[in-house]
Amino acid sequence: MVILETDHKVFVELLEKILAEANAGFVFLVDKSGPQIAAVGEMELDTTSLASLTAGAVAATEGLSSLIGETRFSTLFHEGVGHSLHISQVGEKAILLTIFDEESSLGLVRLRTQQHLPALERALGEVHNRNQLKGEPTATISSSAFAEISDEDIDALFG
Amino acid sequence: MSFINYAAREINCKIVYYGPGLGGKTTNIQWIHEKTRADAKGKLISLATESERTLFFDFLPIELGTIRGFRMRFHLYTVPGQVFYDASRKLILKGVDGVVFVADSQEARMDANIEAVTNLNENLKEQGYDLATMPYALQLNKRDLPSAVALAELEQALRIKDEPVFEAVATTGDGVFETLKSIIKLVLKDLKSR
Repeated sequence: MVILETDHKVFVELLEKILAEANAGFVFLVDKSGPQIAAVGEMELDTTSLASLTAGAVAATEGLSSLIGETRFSTLFHEGVGHSLHISQVGEKAILLTIFDEESSLGLVRLRTQQHLPALERALGEVHNRNQLKGEPTATISSSAFAEISDEDIDALFG
Repeated sequence: MSFINYAAREINCKIVYYGPGLGGKTTNIQWIHEKTRADAKGKLISLATESERTLFFDFLPIELGTIRGFRMRFHLYTVPGQVFYDASRKLILKGVDGVVFVADSQEARMDANIEAVTNLNENLKEQGYDLATMPYALQLNKRDLPSAVALAELEQALRIKDEPVFEAVATTGDGVFETLKSIIKLVLKDLKSR
């Protein structure tokens, strides 16, 4: 999957809206296979680990839902003493993680997330559709990014 | 599925260590974590049982440097080897770019090795991947044990295509980085050829 700077800007703008309107501490968009797509917020976090574990938690929950005959659980909520996590599935491929404290509430986070999910789904859908089309700008960019990598470049990575 | 982020100028690839239970997948990742310099690695996350058996996965992000202005990041995952955790193994293969199969060289584990290769093939197919075209390396671990099967015999039983094969003793690090370098090269060459 290729995220262009213009895509990233669209995602960040949407995440910033959720962050402000939900009065949250951190909002994070993660691909279901584990890497992060975009993040906004002031908290000092290990976002790589956070992305991987969020994807793992959602994957495990999907397994649970299929065991009881549900299509999926679209929302997860983890309540902590200081901070809580609200996790929503965004379409079929991504996850939205919102971290909030006592300055906000589950109801507010849920409301704001639901309000902006359709726009996030549309934006992600456009990126995915473009990634599927061969010969389109993204496919060309993707292949050229790798085509430029020489065998010497790869060897140099290992010092 | 590699992940290229032009905004962050980074390329993320996912490598999964697969194999039978107690074969040394987690030990591989632990060695890589221990021997990689601090600024090139993230936290090693192990979702394990109290007896240190992998329950869901181990995860280690490493960053090897930059190529053409892109930071090259590799997310290393292990799967739980025990057969009853098959659901977890399937989930972890989502979006995989390359697989290392860690085989246990002991004679008593031959059936478990073969079962795990078959299981890998099936689970990849279920996710829409083909082991025949997937970047793949075979590591024959525990070569130091007296009960280790002869190399030729193991290769004949476990090799599925022209994949590179490495002898290893993961507890002492022998063969661990050789295997990692090999799979990373295969992944990058595969992406390059698409």
